[in-house]
Amino acid sequence: MPIHVNGSAVSVPDDPRVSLLDLLREGLHLTGTKVGCNQGACGACTVLVDGERILSCLALAVQYDGREITTVEGLAEGDTLHPLQAAFVDHDGFQCGYCTPGQICSAIGMAGEIERGMPSHVTQDLATETIAISRGEFQERMSGNLCRCGAHNGIIDAISGVYAGDRGALERFAHVAESAE
Amino acid sequence: MSNILQDAKNAVQGVAQMVMQKAVQLAPDSFIPGGRPDPLIREQHGNVGKPLSRLDGPQKVRGAAPFAAEFALDRMLYASVAFSTVVRGRISRIDMAAAEAAPGVALVMTHLNAPRMAKVPLLMSKPKAAGGIDLPIMQDDRVHWSGQPIALVLAETQEQADHARSLLRFEYETEPAVTAFAAAKALGTETGQFMGQPLKMERGDTAKGLALAQYKVDRTYTTPRHSHNAIELHACTVAWDGDTLRVHDASQMVAHTAWSLAQVFGIEEGQVHVTSPFVGGGFGGKGLWWHQVLAAAAAKLTERPVRLTLSREGVHRVVGGRTCTEQRVAIGARADGTFDALVHTGTVVISRHNPMPEPFILPVMSAYASGSLKFDLEVAHIDMLANTFMRAPGEAVGTFALECAVDELAVEMGMDPIELRLKNEPEKDPVTGAPPSQRDTAKAFRDGAERFGWSKRGAPASRREGEWQIGMGVATACYPYHRMPGGAARMTLGQDGSVVVEIAAHEMGMGTMTAHTQVVADRLGLPLDKVDFRYGDSFQPGMVMAGGSQQTASIGFSIIAAQRELVTELLKLAGNSSPLAGLAADEVGGVNRGLGKLDDPDRHESYASILSRAQRDELVVEGSAPPPIEVQHWSMHSHGAMFCEVGVNGVTGEVRVQRFLGSFDCGRILNPKTAASQFRGGIIMGLGLALMEETQFDERLGRIMNPSLAEYHVPVHMDVPEIDVIWTDIPDPHAPMGARGIGEIGITGVGAAVANAIFNATGRRVRDLPITLDKLL
Amino acid sequence: MTPFSYAHATDLAQALDLATAPGAKFLGGGTNLVDLMRETIERPAALIDVTGLSDGIEEREDGSLLIGAGVKNSALVAHRAVRTRYPVLARAVLAGASAQIRNMATVGGNLLQRTRCTYFYDTEGSRCNKREPGQGCDAIGGFNRIHAILGASHACVATHPSDMCVALAALDATVHISGAGGERSVAITDFHRLPGDRPDIETVLEPGDLITAITLPAQRLAANSAYRKVRDRASYAFALVSVAAALEVSDGRVRDVRLALGGVAHKPWRATQAEGLLRGGPATPGAFRAAADAELADARPLGENGFKIELAARTITAVLADLAGADA
Repeated sequence: MPIHVNGSAVSVPDDPRVSLLDLLREGLHLTGTKVGCNQGACGACTVLVDGERILSCLALAVQYDGREITTVEGLAEGDTLHPLQAAFVDHDGFQCGYCTPGQICSAIGMAGEIERGMPSHVTQDLATETIAISRGEFQERMSGNLCRCGAHNGIIDAISGVYAGDRGALERFAHVAESAE
Repeated sequence: MSNILQDAKNAVQGVAQMVMQKAVQLAPDSFIPGGRPDPLIREQHGNVGKPLSRLDGPQKVRGAAPFAAEFALDRMLYASVAFSTVVRGRISRIDMAAAEAAPGVALVMTHLNAPRMAKVPLLMSKPKAAGGIDLPIMQDDRVHWSGQPIALVLAETQEQADHARSLLRFEYETEPAVTAFAAAKALGTETGQFMGQPLKMERGDTAKGLALAQYKVDRTYTTPRHSHNAIELHACTVAWDGDTLRVHDASQMVAHTAWSLAQVFGIEEGQVHVTSPFVGGGFGGKGLWWHQVLAAAAAKLTERPVRLTLSREGVHRVVGGRTCTEQRVAIGARADGTFDALVHTGTVVISRHNPMPEPFILPVMSAYASGSLKFDLEVAHIDMLANTFMRAPGEAVGTFALECAVDELAVEMGMDPIELRLKNEPEKDPVTGAPPSQRDTAKAFRDGAERFGWSKRGAPASRREGEWQIGMGVATACYPYHRMPGGAARMTLGQDGSVVVEIAAHEMGMGTMTAHTQVVADRLGLPLDKVDFRYGDSFQPGMVMAGGSQQTASIGFSIIAAQRELVTELLKLAGNSSPLAGLAADEVGGVNRGLGKLDDPDRHESYASILSRAQRDELVVEGSAPPPIEVQHWSMHSHGAMFCEVGVNGVTGEVRVQRFLGSFDCGRILNPKTAASQFRGGIIMGLGLALMEETQFDERLGRIMNPSLAEYHVPVHMDVPEIDVIWTDIPDPHAPMGARGIGEIGITGVGAAVANAIFNATGRRVRDLPITLDKLL
Repeated sequence: MTPFSYAHATDLAQALDLATAPGAKFLGGGTNLVDLMRETIERPAALIDVTGLSDGIEEREDGSLLIGAGVKNSALVAHRAVRTRYPVLARAVLAGASAQIRNMATVGGNLLQRTRCTYFYDTEGSRCNKREPGQGCDAIGGFNRIHAILGASHACVATHPSDMCVALAALDATVHISGAGGERSVAITDFHRLPGDRPDIETVLEPGDLITAITLPAQRLAANSAYRKVRDRASYAFALVSVAAALEVSDGRVRDVRLALGGVAHKPWRATQAEGLLRGGPATPGAFRAAADAELADARPLGENGFKIELAARTITAVLADLAGADA
């Protein structure tokens, strides 16, 4: 079984040491996924696997045989940016742009988690079915993505903006990523 | 419609059209006394000052912006670097048999087989010197710090290179080393030097001033080492083609890097081509360190391209950070708050291989008037990785001590800390006596205080909400205006009326490319999409380091100079049949896609028309910025007022910053959107400095122990409140576009604002950074 | 990373069989193991991927919960029974790592997390008895602000970094193990070892042993439980001190209590001494503090971590007071 990356079948690397991150960047030249620490501490390498966000630096590619990987390169439709990508530009949710693909993929994964009713550390009521979204919820859930330029406000504004304006845009995407399984 | 109304309407339209069409005069000579301010300052209806979204934004959010480690070259090898584990001594034995035999290995390079290379010229020792460490690279068996690169492995894949590197074994003959601050101090200190100046001065008698003062504070503050920790790892992709070297780098100094690498390999500057189209964060750390030299050396030996990406640990081992400080601030004041004595002294430890003294006394050189003033920065030497420039070197940690001390004095006097500061606002430069080019610190404080609700601040330890004690603090932010010599730009005007501007400057996320596209569009009278601002290439004109918050000024003057050349040439080409015939450069300006007479819009010809009539496909000009003499005539500093509200948990001592406002006086703001991000970014790095950041240097081992983003804490989303930023937007008449750089001021004053807020919340004064919860239990 | 072979086990028997190969190690989510392999602290010759072998959560008739070792952290929290009946566990998991890591990390792997001691990670530059028994410990006398105050030894002062395990320790969880000798079960509090003179041996697992599941016993008081984590930043940081507690109070007295501490020892620290003092006693902050102080009486601070004693006492007191609520 191959790994599917943004809809294309890719064969599993022969060397089991190759991380999903290195497969993407070095094997496939999909360099949108970034390497910031290679140790699970910064979130720059975040990609979506069957719609769920993971850290590709800690993922051995060989473990992802048969799975559907979505990277930042798989988000826009042609010239049309994904609504969250457009919101990051509008809200200046980045400066250098290096952590940005990870932030965006992470936020899309987060949208699915919120939709599924997954609580967070700051969710008051663990038994709730519906997450009451708030700035604090977004901040806690995005805390696995470091930004050193300090674009935190713009990032949370971009996410909040998309939720406020067209929450469906993020949710639809979460479904697309899942149904590609 | 009545005639009167119609006339009025026509008049309004006429004014509007005049505003839209008015040519922008060429910028003259704002840098000399008597000179006129940049005419662009008056321009309020163009692109400058508009919150334009980043032009490279779509590329970045798609993951399509290429960084240094993302250029794939044919037959490229991957590098992995081994680091010394002892501080000082000689490498006595290297066992590399297993590494050499490992699969995929193409080269194991050590001092035994590295090519002969000259030392990298040390930064600031020559105009284009870029080196961070004044040592030969892998030329002998000597070890100078724990973490020094001592071998490099090249292999077909990164996995193979890393594995082979782990098989290398080294033995050392160690030598005594100095690795503790106290031991280094005991061996003697010397006065720090910064930009050729000794960091020591006394004006008046501060001892007497302190002794006679009605109120005084005299305190010691300490700050730890910091690491830039840009999220992009330091990386380069290099290739030789004969004797020419191609370097894809992550750099804030491409021209310097190219020249310096040429010195290392004994080739001409033009034989080294360094580009850096995108930089994943710099903050002072993305200079010329050892990794680029090692990659080029290894590429030379194997005659194959090389990719070298330092691991996160590798970044901490090879790329210096901010060093630690011990600072004393003493202030003596009269009953009305007037300072009679102001003293800022202390010691920093620096490496033996880079004289950077972490000049924490810079703030006291400009912040306050005082009857007497003394500063003295001493350096002690230690065997460690060369410390270096990190965002607002000196100011970031110097404002912590100075501005905490001012707060302590205000508490002592029972005076509002803002009033105390404004009482001592200087009318001229406290050190040079020069008049300020523009300074309205008071407005920054007053506007900030009103917006933040400063008047609601209570007495120390008086406000509690549940477990949380709440408090407010304030501090001054400050950063000087710098402009380094060497700015230059090339303009290529095409027959379609578009312009390409090239300058060897840098975009690390500051918004440089976007803001200067706005500037060029307004100066030349072009729409934004006709301006192509290119940067980050050592083959372009200028040496414009992205450091010292000086890029905006350097680029600004370079563009002014190039435009003057452009207009002069265009007027020549236009000739006698042009509506512009007979006009001098100072009589015209860029307007409506061409040149127009300043006071007569009808005398106009488009760029396309001029070139077309002259049968020229394009016109290429270069201009060089004048020497930065403006800083000799005026005291040029930006200031700000930092307001912070914290909650301190009464059970655990955890600190949460609940609100923050930065109010800035930095001249004109070119792009409010990207500028706000710059300010916020600095403030957030300041929150890290205040509360969590510390590079842990084990003084027994002489070694950094937390070379990791898991253990070196930077603020996460949950730590960052909504940060409000405002600015006076008062132009500096002696700076191009009226703008002073804003990349570094944001981090200054933040540590003190947080510490002062913590004092107000709890009544506890912490004088040692970072303010972790254990210090508040 | 040292070269290794990789195999994905399709069932338990195959996994155990593959594990007999020399240098074999089981692989779950990889969130800790892959990092340790990259650091060459772990150098397995073979990895046996056991994800998917036991990724179900079963509510059993006796009221207990059987949680497969392959259950992802996020799936554990997603389960309603976990959230409603064992909130301390859900809270502990949500306090740990980041959402991305919780989507990868498994319950079994979480039990086997290794310490964050920076000297342990510095493979070439520092001495560590956990990495190399007998080498010495540079953390003693070094940066030890995050290190143990309870149960440490002259050989090792490292702490266990897990949040989840602290909750499991409070909940009397049982760890189910399959190995060459068949199946066995171990109380979570007996699963991890104190360092003694062999800090390299962290659990009671024998070579080839595989954690297959954990059981949470039915526990009425667990519904009134909480987890509080104190750390150096607001999220995505390891605990300086954490407290997992469950409490039942009636008529102002403690009917029953479970209390465990994280960030203080080489293993999740079940505070049995404090529990004994609390049971039957008054549910007052004073009594909570006295019990906390008793538990911490044997605490031994190092150069930089003495604050943890006061911090732990305060945090225990606050968590119990919160749980006691209006009854306190």
